[in-house]
Amino acid sequence: MTDSEENIIQKPKIPRSPEIKLHETSLSRVMVIIVFSALILITGYTLTHLDTAGVQINTAFKELAMTLNQMFLQPNAGSDGVVLLIQALGVSILLSIMTTVIGAVFGFFFAVLASKNLTNAYLGATIRIIMAIVRAIPTIIWALIFSIVCGLGTTAAILGLSFHSVAYLTKAYSESIEGIDKSTIESLKVTGAKFWVIVFQAIWPTIIASLVSWTFIRLEINFANAIAVGAAAGAGGIGYQLFVASGMSFDFHETGFIVYLIILVTFMLEFIAVKIRQYYLSR
Amino acid sequence: MQSSVKFLKHKGWHQTGIIALIGGIYFIGSMILSFDNAKGLLSVPKAFNWLFVNFRPTASSVEYLPRIWQKLIQTVLLAISSTVVAAIVSMFVALIGSKVTGVNGYVQVIVRGIASFFRNIPLVAWSMILLFSFKQSDFTGFLALLLMSIGYLIRAFMEIIEDEASETMMALKATGASYFQVIFQAVLPQILPSVLSWILYMVENNVRDATLVGILTGTGIGFIFDVYYKSFRFDAAGMTVLAIIFVVIVLETISNQIRRIIL
Amino acid sequence: MLEVKKLRKSYEKDRPALTDISFNIKPGTFVAIIGPSGAGKTTILRSLNQLIKDDGGQILLDGNDIRTANKMELRKYRRQIGMVFQNYNLVERLTVIENVLHGRLGYKSTIAGVFGRYTQQEKEEAVSLLKKVGLENFALQRCSELSGGQKQRVGIARSLIQHPKVILCDEPIASLDPASAQNVMELLKELTEEYNLICIANLHQINMAKKYADQIIGIRKGQLVFDEDADSLSEDVLRTLYDQEITKELK
Repeated sequence: MTDSEENIIQKPKIPRSPEIKLHETSLSRVMVIIVFSALILITGYTLTHLDTAGVQINTAFKELAMTLNQMFLQPNAGSDGVVLLIQALGVSILLSIMTTVIGAVFGFFFAVLASKNLTNAYLGATIRIIMAIVRAIPTIIWALIFSIVCGLGTTAAILGLSFHSVAYLTKAYSESIEGIDKSTIESLKVTGAKFWVIVFQAIWPTIIASLVSWTFIRLEINFANAIAVGAAAGAGGIGYQLFVASGMSFDFHETGFIVYLIILVTFMLEFIAVKIRQYYLSR
Repeated sequence: MQSSVKFLKHKGWHQTGIIALIGGIYFIGSMILSFDNAKGLLSVPKAFNWLFVNFRPTASSVEYLPRIWQKLIQTVLLAISSTVVAAIVSMFVALIGSKVTGVNGYVQVIVRGIASFFRNIPLVAWSMILLFSFKQSDFTGFLALLLMSIGYLIRAFMEIIEDEASETMMALKATGASYFQVIFQAVLPQILPSVLSWILYMVENNVRDATLVGILTGTGIGFIFDVYYKSFRFDAAGMTVLAIIFVVIVLETISNQIRRIIL
Repeated sequence: MLEVKKLRKSYEKDRPALTDISFNIKPGTFVAIIGPSGAGKTTILRSLNQLIKDDGGQILLDGNDIRTANKMELRKYRRQIGMVFQNYNLVERLTVIENVLHGRLGYKSTIAGVFGRYTQQEKEEAVSLLKKVGLENFALQRCSELSGGQKQRVGIARSLIQHPKVILCDEPIASLDPASAQNVMELLKELTEEYNLICIANLHQINMAKKYADQIIGIRKGQLVFDEDADSLSEDVLRTLYDQEITKELK
């Protein structure tokens, strides 16, 4: 091998100049540094001031390892039995599908009305602000609020889950709609087509792939939320069983079994979502 | 909506079939869960009516504000710190596990599996298991959020690296640069905006999730909401919700501004 | 001198992407590789700096086989072989001069490279190379703010600062408008002569190949069907290469 420093290009003979800058200080650079240092500082402060309630961390981790061992290596259906747990799982799946359907229907409707390229600015802005507020309230709080009015149970769970779904999908869909090429809409507008004709003839087919994709993402989120609502708002389903097993009867074998059931469903949802996305992208 | 119906007829049976199927699942679901759609719809205005009467903070509920505020700050701090620690861990794992920068095929499969596993264990399960060992403390909430975030961020970072860094990575490899040089000079600068954007998103998300974790493990804003809610001090609960809305929207606005400047 | 002997590669069993490719290139030669899409042009190019590991054959750069090099040696060979990409492959967020200096990473210690510490000499050379490719006023701009033609010139400057013997260009003008494409081709041609380089470019535009290249290599279904002076490229050759009449392109 020849000496690789060999000068094939002649080194320029310019007099030693002052230090050459490689970049200027720009707002974006400064911002990156500020954000990262702020995040690190906050984290450092929080971790050093964290309240551990006097728990011995070492023994707690040992206990955790034991719990995880019981859960994942020795799962069983416990006192509830497989049938009951599968039924509860079915309830949670139904809950998530139904609330996704509600979210998709209302979400699309509101998204059309909220998209900047379709409606007048005031209506759009109003809807966007309302949706931002609805989204800011966690699903679990929605469920708790509705459980006072409708009583504990599926109705409260469905309404609570739906609110966040609608708001989330409105935002996702309207971003897709706003990404549509202007000419697509204008070409139909000049033909004198009515508003909803444009929506269903031009917009719907153009963004169907991203609509489907977002809807499935929401389905996955709704399944997780259905479990959470079941546990923390007593709204039934597998979430409630999980809460009872892990927080009341402390049967971690059963907890493990339930977690495995849930993981199985989420894997299936993920698999279906990927397949459907591929199908729509290939068309 | 008349024209939409016409449109569907044109489109043929395919789309109609799918819609009928989804509608069918919905109504069978309603029957199984005995969910009365009409009653449900009607209870929405009723609920809001009730909200405006009972959840409206009164003059006296202002006295709850300092306590709510303190818990809320604590929650935001927990959300941020769990996200940051998760991001650091996830970045290492994603670099080892991505197709572009990864070690080898086996490691990639293992990393993907672990990420997927962490992501899909419900937050409820994490909270309850951790509560059992770590008791009612901030540390429990921190760990629950951390473990959840790690699952999400590993997948997100791996996708970012694979989508955005493979081309520059190849260019620098071709110049004879070593692995670590390529990582620090090409991969990290290239993915920085997307990574930061995800971290900010995760902070927002963790603030919301912290409410759930809080209700289950008795920490932060979720705990205080639960206390007010269960003791029927609805005006204070309403105040808590308002505070959450305020903080989440402020965080979202700040994140959007940061994103706009950085991208 | 670059000698390629009996280079082979297959991605799937029994479906060779390259079969027994052999050619020689002298320094100071601008070579165009032409052929239909999927013929194996990119595979050849990327085998030359081992971004793609081929299955067999020899790649001799001044008599040393690149293929048998170990990791350390391969890094040393790679820094003598610059590469220019269709999509430029720059780090868009970094400045022009930072991207040019990336070409020096192969010469630096890992630590210095990781922290991006470059010597004054290297920086001065980067500045003078930017002058050479006509971007002296853009040194501190972010690459994301440049046009396609400008980005490609940054890519060329990045490969030049490696002090290469060979520059590989993977579809260098496929994403550029005609005017920028002309500029880039002229620049490459000029540099090849000035620095006595071996410059190898994959091209789709036959007229460009004919106009700028000294030597043309034609690839069809992984086999070498043509390897001669650019002037000898005839309609007959093109017909066998592309399975159809491409007379217009020649004019």
